[in-house]
Amino acid sequence: MDLTILWFCIVGFLFVGYFVLDGFDFGVGMSLPFLGKDDTDRRVLINTIGPVWDLNETWVIVAGAALFAAFPEWYATLFSGFYLPLLLILIALILRGVSFEYRHQRPEKAWKARFDRMIVVGSAVPAFLWGVAFANIVQGVALDANHDYTGSVFDLLNPYALLGGLTTLLLFFTHGVVFVSLKTDGDIRARARTLATRSGAVTIVVAATFLVWTTLAYGSLLSAVFALVAAVALVVSFLANLRGREGAAFALMAGTIGFAVLSLFASLFPDVMPASNDAANSLTIENASSSAYTLQIMSWVALIFLPLILAYQGFTYWIFRKRVTRAHIPVEAAH
Amino acid sequence: MNELLDPLILSRWQFGLTTIYHFLFVPLTIGLAVTVAIFQTAWVRTDKEKYLQLTRFFGKIFLINFAMGVVTGIVQEFQFGMNWSDYSRFVGDVFGAPLALEGLLAFFLEATFIGLWIFGWDRLPKKLHLASIWIAALGSVLSAYFIIAANAFMQNPVGFRINEVKGRAELTDIWALLTNKVALAAFPHTIFACFMVTAGLIIAAAAWHLSRNQHLETMRPALKFGLWMMVIAGGLTVLTGDQLGLAMVETQPMKMAAAEALYNTSTGAAASFSIFTLGTPDGTSELFSIRIPYLLSFLSTHTFDGTVEGINDLQAQYVQAYGPGDYTPTVWITYWAFRWMIALGLLHVLIAVAGLWLTRKGRDPKWRWMWRVAVWAFPLSLGAMIVGWIFTEMGRQPWIVFSLLKTSDAVSPGISGLDVLISLIAFTAVYGTLAVVEFRLIKKAIQKGPEAAPEPDPETGELQHTATVY
Repeated sequence: MDLTILWFCIVGFLFVGYFVLDGFDFGVGMSLPFLGKDDTDRRVLINTIGPVWDLNETWVIVAGAALFAAFPEWYATLFSGFYLPLLLILIALILRGVSFEYRHQRPEKAWKARFDRMIVVGSAVPAFLWGVAFANIVQGVALDANHDYTGSVFDLLNPYALLGGLTTLLLFFTHGVVFVSLKTDGDIRARARTLATRSGAVTIVVAATFLVWTTLAYGSLLSAVFALVAAVALVVSFLANLRGREGAAFALMAGTIGFAVLSLFASLFPDVMPASNDAANSLTIENASSSAYTLQIMSWVALIFLPLILAYQGFTYWIFRKRVTRAHIPVEAAH
Repeated sequence: MNELLDPLILSRWQFGLTTIYHFLFVPLTIGLAVTVAIFQTAWVRTDKEKYLQLTRFFGKIFLINFAMGVVTGIVQEFQFGMNWSDYSRFVGDVFGAPLALEGLLAFFLEATFIGLWIFGWDRLPKKLHLASIWIAALGSVLSAYFIIAANAFMQNPVGFRINEVKGRAELTDIWALLTNKVALAAFPHTIFACFMVTAGLIIAAAAWHLSRNQHLETMRPALKFGLWMMVIAGGLTVLTGDQLGLAMVETQPMKMAAAEALYNTSTGAAASFSIFTLGTPDGTSELFSIRIPYLLSFLSTHTFDGTVEGINDLQAQYVQAYGPGDYTPTVWITYWAFRWMIALGLLHVLIAVAGLWLTRKGRDPKWRWMWRVAVWAFPLSLGAMIVGWIFTEMGRQPWIVFSLLKTSDAVSPGISGLDVLISLIAFTAVYGTLAVVEFRLIKKAIQKGPEAAPEPDPETGELQHTATVY
């Protein structure tokens, strides 16, 4: 197999990993105002993702580095072209990350409330903007002969991209709420299931619209198949949640997000960044990629280490498989 | 107004500020991971409560610091593409590889096992829990190697060829890239300097408590640990710095000339090292200076009659080789950054040696001001590290990749000055605010001191750890 295709798949795999994993972190963060009735509830929510949010976030660092190494032109065009949306994502990720660590450092209500708000915003902004970014990639943007983006930030906020953003926002929200129902117990678990039913219904409508639009306007046979799998998984996840099958509902939500991302990547192929103004300016897996030697080295490293990475990350999830309950949250010590 | 909105100048400021800021947290992440691992090992082996207390005390500071390191690190990776897309296009084939290796081999390891360590106190067997902090420490040291190998390519490009058709550098030898002589010298120099900063923190924390005559049980051994760490790491930083200097003279003679503001090529006694120069060090208006003859010759060549090339000759050579242009870094920055790095570094070793002498055999220093000096060991050692990086990066200018690509040709063509102004203001505001919060939290955690170990379970006798939950 041509290594550029392999690396297109690896980059796709890394973004699938990122959105499936950090996706539920975003959802849990956004669910704080809906499910966190008091401080103990909110601490339960945050602790469901406590041991894993950092390693989940690391997936985007590795995906970015893989993009840089395997497709430098793609990385350069994408990151400089989407400058302001990426800036917002970065600021949001900074605020979210430090808030997890800072909110429990002081007992005052106002202190905690401030960081709770930052967790909500820091989760919602990337959840929305990643969808906007990927929808724009699929749709194509204006590129010059050097593959530099020539549009403005407002061109990125077109209807299709905004729908893409709304889709990822809702998918991640529902994904996170289903995760909460799987990882907690008692009252909060029941409320999470109810909320997942409500948000799931809205998500089905919005995500279906987006996937149909993508398939009709930019799709290929393969992307259509992936989109269909994603849609079916989303509906079955909704039903599983209704019947209280939390594990199945969560796995199917992960499948939904994974296949939706795969569908976007499949509709791109063999372009990686289509130029909407002139197809001659498009970046493809060929003209955007690194040399054969670099890809070869990277392939060996990835093929050896990715299974290992999956193994030890799986181990972490297994260690922290127990549900988090209110009883686990120690009473606030006098600071 | 146009100059204010020059994307190149703004991007350089942004990269400089965000990188320095990120590097405020890196040394403690590396050094404290190892420190915590050592104390925890001591606890597992001896079962002495003081070591558990020290593990948890420094573990807490480590975590407050670690969160900032992670979130500011993402900015670093994104910025290459956001602000320096022409750089990324030119070197991605070479430079991207160590970054991807860093992610796959080091970052995942670090992030996963730190999560296991923080939340695993009550879920993992004792030895596996101990192993997880060692693995996380290994991950952080490994990541330092890859990023320094990437940086070394910018200082001394090796293992590549230029593809004229694609107009870019392409990797031809990964092994040459990873064993770049600059990387081999810069890596231990940086790591030992990270341990100096960590030692600075430990000394400062211990001195603060000891001067108040509290937590003696834990803070006495902590002080001793910190002082020895400073002396050993300091000595090794000097030795490896000497090696790095030799590699620098060989690969980037202009940087050494700029470090010394040496305008004319000098030999032997004339190749002196100026400790202090009054007046602008531009070679024309020197009013007063204290100089050590032969020292620059020795630092550059390890002989007393060596020849050190001066800025004027190098400038002429570079014009011949690379065409007309100014190939001299901003000399006052390199000159003073180099001096402050050395002065602050040596000062810390002195403080630590004095500290060891004054506290020998359980004594206390006679005067209280000595404790205050020890507290300053932390911010000043961080300062030494920062000026060291400013020196090495500013000394490479005007190149972004030495001899291959100039910084002015590397900036993203598609971004406007306004874009960068917005991001620069945003980063400055967010980073500035967080710096205040972060400093207060670390100070508070230090001043609170070590907490008592958890109670043993009445049935099993095992300590009832609760994970540090959010």
